[in-house]
Amino acid sequence: MSDKIIEVIGLKKHYNGGAIKALNGIDVTIDRGEVVVVIGPSGSGKSTLLRSLNLLEDPTEGQIIVDGTDIADKKANINVHRQKMGMVFQHFNLFPHMTILRNMTIAPMKLKKMPKAEAEAKALELLKRVGLEDRANAYPSQLSGGQKQRVAIVRALCMDPDVMLFDEPTSALDPEMVGEVLEVMKELAKEGMTMVVVTHEMGFAKEVADRVLFIDEGVIQEQGTPDQIFNHPQNLRTQSFLSKVL
Amino acid sequence: MESIKTWFVNLWSDFSADFYTNFIKSDRWYSLLKGLGSTLQITFFALLIGLMLGIIVAAVRSTYDKNKETMKKRGGTGWHLLNFFNSVCNIYLTVIRGTPVTVQLMIFFFIIFAGSRNGIMVATIAFGFNSGAYVAEIFRSGILSVDNGQFEAGRSLGFNYLQTMIYVIIPQAFKAVLPTLCNEFIVLLKETSIAGYVGVIDLTKAGDIIRGRTFSAYMPLIAVALVYLVMVMILTALVRRLERRLRKSER
Repeated sequence: MSDKIIEVIGLKKHYNGGAIKALNGIDVTIDRGEVVVVIGPSGSGKSTLLRSLNLLEDPTEGQIIVDGTDIADKKANINVHRQKMGMVFQHFNLFPHMTILRNMTIAPMKLKKMPKAEAEAKALELLKRVGLEDRANAYPSQLSGGQKQRVAIVRALCMDPDVMLFDEPTSALDPEMVGEVLEVMKELAKEGMTMVVVTHEMGFAKEVADRVLFIDEGVIQEQGTPDQIFNHPQNLRTQSFLSKVL
Repeated sequence: MESIKTWFVNLWSDFSADFYTNFIKSDRWYSLLKGLGSTLQITFFALLIGLMLGIIVAAVRSTYDKNKETMKKRGGTGWHLLNFFNSVCNIYLTVIRGTPVTVQLMIFFFIIFAGSRNGIMVATIAFGFNSGAYVAEIFRSGILSVDNGQFEAGRSLGFNYLQTMIYVIIPQAFKAVLPTLCNEFIVLLKETSIAGYVGVIDLTKAGDIIRGRTFSAYMPLIAVALVYLVMVMILTALVRRLERRLRKSER
């Protein structure tokens, strides 16, 4: 089989000393080059799962094995692993005090000691791919939501990540801007990027996903190919969820 | 008609005589100028001390607030040190903000530096120590005002806590608090007027000394008030310009 890039074993995340169980025992493997789309009702734990993958949420229990290292272990150097995991947020989180170019070059320059000229050339190349090379010297506040999210995606790509995590990347966008962001993500998937995407865009899931995970109440209720999940869901929760969103 | 004219003439000659005794005679203007020099000197260096102290205290307190959960779980020396310094900072803030600055100044001069005769130095330290508490809370509120998503974005790129603070959070926080910070400096400038309590001849004390010698309160005290007013007005104008410029780069 293909090689696994992330392996999650028995992941639990509890809040308030166990009163709230956001994740209640998740086991999942992400293979290299795979596009995994995570769906589920709000509050189901899907964002928590995604954020746990690069430890923005500190797991209560369980292992997250990346490149043979358990990053949930306190001794692991999470900063090194995060450099290899790009993250795209619902609210873009571009740095407002920096130009677009600076947003993209600061991490490679400071963390990888990449020379300025090289980092900028790379950033401009990426901006060109998403059609924003003319906005390199603009500030985030001068961009539309869709443009900001495209910049956020290429900012993460500047670090040459092995895997890209998307946390509801189109949920904060005006409807007419959703398409342009999904387009960039599709391109990325086509190029073979490993992606884990939490989204409400069922169309995207059907079209792009290799595998769909349905999460509810902190556990994976069902997983399979888009065809299995969307056309032949076995689990009652999956069926009821899909009947509401489709 | 004649009487009104005489009244004006008398008023003018009274005024110029007063002006002469209060400012020109015995080079009294010079002692006011020297007082102003002391006021500016104390304000400037107290400001530097306050800034440094404020940054350190704000850094400790916000690091504690942001990391206490994860660090507590992890334990170890780092956590104990942070916990200790956070407690020290809290005591400092409580004591400084809970007592009058005049009393603090006198405690510094008559107790802590009881042997020192350098009033200006002691006053500078006392005002700096006092200002640091307020600056710390200003900085902390600035750090808190930056959206947590910014912090997460920095960390997710691979920056560690300190790098995220330096490259992402602090530049934004500083921008947000700059006007408030400038107001704190204005307050500090005026607060130094109590330096006379510990024998420092600052602007206020110099005016008061002249009043004592010439037995006319009007001239020296109004003059002193005017000097403060002009200084504060200049500072306020600068702050306003700064604010406008900062807002411009937001667009």
